[in-house]
Amino acid sequence: MEYSTKQFKRCDLISVSGRVDSSTSASFSEAIDASMNNGQYKIVLDLGGVEFMSSAGFRALLGGQRTCKRYNRGEIVLSNVPDRVKEALDLAGFLALFKLFEDETSAVGFF
Amino acid sequence: MRTSIFSARFVNLDSIRDFVGQAAVDAGLDERQVYAVQLSTDEACTNVIEHAYGGECDDPIEVTCNVHYGGLTVIIRDHGRVFDPGSVPEPDLKAGLAERGIGGLGVYLIRKMMDKIEFESSPQNGNVLTMVKYRQGN
Repeated sequence: MEYSTKQFKRCDLISVSGRVDSSTSASFSEAIDASMNNGQYKIVLDLGGVEFMSSAGFRALLGGQRTCKRYNRGEIVLSNVPDRVKEALDLAGFLALFKLFEDETSAVGFF
Repeated sequence: MRTSIFSARFVNLDSIRDFVGQAAVDAGLDERQVYAVQLSTDEACTNVIEHAYGGECDDPIEVTCNVHYGGLTVIIRDHGRVFDPGSVPEPDLKAGLAERGIGGLGVYLIRKMMDKIEFESSPQNGNVLTMVKYRQGN
């Protein structure tokens, strides 16, 4: 799994690629934590390059969303979610917890 | 029938998913079904490492793929503590962000994505989880 973070005025855009599983979910959490540690709680997670995500990745998403939404200071939104990942998120009931955007531009524009 | 043995480490999940993914393709499953097999196997092996073996170790996880007329059967065997996926309660998927637990999500996904699952445990054979995915249209 790899990620890169771009800072915008109103939010961070974190682009993630590769496979997110029990072996790599710690780096996935780190990516989210790094923005939050900088005081940025408005985060776009672009999952366009993600080939696989297990419930270990879902757990990291949930933890991040809880921290970001605390005190109404922000939230995590998702963009470019691959179909297979979206279906699993849907099965897990996670689509109620995250806003999804077609592309990163509209996701960044949301904030 | 093909079998591969992996040590109970998360870093091996990649190879385990590739192994069952290839068998799923050979079984004629479509892309969505191949992903379902890979995700379910990943979740099952993660549970073996975390619950049956109590954490990463060098003990074996034996993965067997059986391509057959109806589709694919994946058999996962370990020699750790008994962890019956059937004993895991369903997560509350309607819970809000604050109350949402993550426990049981892996097993829930397996149940939803595979067509049949069966768990058996004995001192001779260890823990054996059998999961079947039927080829679409069967």
